[in-house]
Amino acid sequence: MLETLKQPWPWYVAGALIGLTVPYLLLVGNKTFGISSSLRHLCAACIPGDIKFFTYDWKKEIWNLFFVGGIAVGAFIAAHFLSNPDPIVLAGSTQDYLATKGITDTTQLLPSEIFSWDQLFSVRGFIFIVLGGFMVGFGTRWAGGCTSGHAIMGLSSLQWPSLVATVMFMIGGIVMTWFILPQLLTL
Amino acid sequence: MEHSFQHTPTPQELADLKARELDSICVNESELQHPWWYNFKYAAWGILFGIVFVKAEIISWFRIQEMFRFESFHMYGVIGTAVFVGLISVQLIQRLNLKTVHGENIHIPKKEFNKGNIYGGLIFGLGWAITGACPGPLFAQVGAGFSVVIITFLSAVAGTYVYGRFRDKLPH
Repeated sequence: MLETLKQPWPWYVAGALIGLTVPYLLLVGNKTFGISSSLRHLCAACIPGDIKFFTYDWKKEIWNLFFVGGIAVGAFIAAHFLSNPDPIVLAGSTQDYLATKGITDTTQLLPSEIFSWDQLFSVRGFIFIVLGGFMVGFGTRWAGGCTSGHAIMGLSSLQWPSLVATVMFMIGGIVMTWFILPQLLTL
Repeated sequence: MEHSFQHTPTPQELADLKARELDSICVNESELQHPWWYNFKYAAWGILFGIVFVKAEIISWFRIQEMFRFESFHMYGVIGTAVFVGLISVQLIQRLNLKTVHGENIHIPKKEFNKGNIYGGLIFGLGWAITGACPGPLFAQVGAGFSVVIITFLSAVAGTYVYGRFRDKLPH
């Protein structure tokens, strides 16, 4: 049993559990699934200033911070007690492509060649670690949600603005991956 | 304005809800006052969620690369199954008129379209492919021990802050 759990979980198990988050949150407390708003609640709690966007009663949304806190704890548990000792099994074509860019360390979920403290102060590291994060926080808030709020919750409840947002997420990701990352990876 | 109050709200309550509703995500106005530890039911599901994120390698930068390079079905399978299960669930809840475990009517706020869905969505997509993480996986990567992602996370908070600061000047 434990050995099975330590193997990578198939997409249909993960997808079903993630999808069940939608009815769980609705049935347990009338909450709609969304993760990026936690970043907004953190701003409202810590650094609201006199900005209207951050001056609201964030304590009414504190469930969201418990949820994302749980995500970090769950990831800790999985990484320490259910960890898969083998390297990640990538599509051969992806692996070959990344190797041409010098990314060969697939022993962990993130490539150590990019995401490490040593790399933080290089140009490439700054772009991947700092600028990328900024774009995720800025973009999701402007879009009004992320993969969870729009792609999963929004599409599940048949809201067309979420479909627009999801299509734009994919376009952005594809443009970055095919036209910009090839340059960024070799910086 | 559509709202989820189940009594007549005071102007103060309405103003606060309106501020939270600005981007129409994650708004709820449950009438029930619960002790704070009731929030652990959200933390518990978050823990399960975090385990799934790691074990299905959804937080992996490599898996996001595969997805955007169209070289693996894995992430499409995860997101597709999640939407399918979510869709069926929402339909069941609405058609059977289910209530919450506390007997409240279930309310799903309507998302209003604005141009941010396009511009912001594009910027997030570009960032997603760089970091290999949307906001949820950022929490999971930190929890799984990738300590440098704390910087990515703080930068995402900064991005959210800058958006809020300049929101009035951006097209919506």
